[in-house]
Amino acid sequence: MAKSLTQEFVKGLWDEVPPFRLVLGLCPVLAVTKSVENGIGMGVATTFVLVGSNVLVSVLRKLIPAKVRIACFIVIIATFVTVVELVMQAFAYPLFLKLGIFIPLIVVNCIVLGRAEAFAFKNGVFRSLLDGLGMGIGFTLSLMALAAVRELLGTGMLTFWVTPIQIFGPSFQPFSFMVEAPGAFMALGLMLCLMNLVGEK
Amino acid sequence: MREMIKMVVVLTILSFFSGGVLAYIRNNTQERIENQVLEFVKGPAIRAIFEGAGNNPIADRFTFKDGDIERTFFVGVFDGEPRGVAFETAGKGYGGDVGLMVGIDVKNNKLMGVGVTTHAETPGMGAKAKSDPSFTAQFMGLALEQPIAVTMDGGSISAISGATITSRAVSSAATDADKIYQKLKTQIADKLKEFKK
Repeated sequence: MAKSLTQEFVKGLWDEVPPFRLVLGLCPVLAVTKSVENGIGMGVATTFVLVGSNVLVSVLRKLIPAKVRIACFIVIIATFVTVVELVMQAFAYPLFLKLGIFIPLIVVNCIVLGRAEAFAFKNGVFRSLLDGLGMGIGFTLSLMALAAVRELLGTGMLTFWVTPIQIFGPSFQPFSFMVEAPGAFMALGLMLCLMNLVGEK
Repeated sequence: MREMIKMVVVLTILSFFSGGVLAYIRNNTQERIENQVLEFVKGPAIRAIFEGAGNNPIADRFTFKDGDIERTFFVGVFDGEPRGVAFETAGKGYGGDVGLMVGIDVKNNKLMGVGVTTHAETPGMGAKAKSDPSFTAQFMGLALEQPIAVTMDGGSISAISGATITSRAVSSAATDADKIYQKLKTQIADKLKEFKK
């Protein structure tokens, strides 16, 4: 037990990176990774909710009665999600249109509730903050990696912010199924396989 | 018993704060969100209708109560003269309501153009009403005070092939817009004077 503070942060980036190692929160992972831009947007939104809810749950962990803890977590998480939704509508409306229903669905994302229940409810505020940040960044990077593979093969372009950048020349014939639903499953499966191969010793 | 009370109190206080925070943020972002929705959902249609206008038609707008419904009118100023007014109506499409922005040329008493804003029509079929400008271009310059209909209903609009219901929805929305305009004509004319430059 007793991990160092750095370990709490770093574990979310590789050892326990949410979609690939914990295999949690796959719904947005599969659905929004059509372009890198969507991946970044979704990742940042989730990171904000994760950090916010982890910190608040950790602060209130002595006050929240164990029997209603899930209800309390949901109230806290839903509040942060609605904040993200409103702010995104006000300042990044085109991104909001693309992510659509998946922003409110962060409420039921297993990662957020999972971290609140398994970590923040039992650990101090600073540790919970680092845990949330690590998990959030790990989630964002996973989304970006998956989205990059799918977008590059599916369209030959990469979209980091608003305008797509042409990577392959015009002679590239896109594998358009990669940006469709089956491509999401295949890319995710191959990446899981790759991560297991690399992680194997 | 004590535990029971504690559960109720904690959840109540938590929900109370949550509600307060959300109300505060909503109040502070509401206006910006409305502007963003106008800009990105209705903006493209409005700008297409008022092509070449000398003002920003999304900023120059006014609202009227028409019965129970509040309608927003967008003003197009051409050569210093507020000549166009655009507002939204809806027709029953294949997949629900088809929102239509209708621009009216107040001076020449005819349709200035229409543009689909929101819809849930079939991609590649009814959705062409929005993506294919040659369909909506047919409405440009049509005379007012007469029903607008597709050719098979005795009108002049050729329907999108495979999407008669959508084409009818757009036509009926344009006809409705004409009726609304005739009803509010004098009030609109009064308001438009304010935008003269």
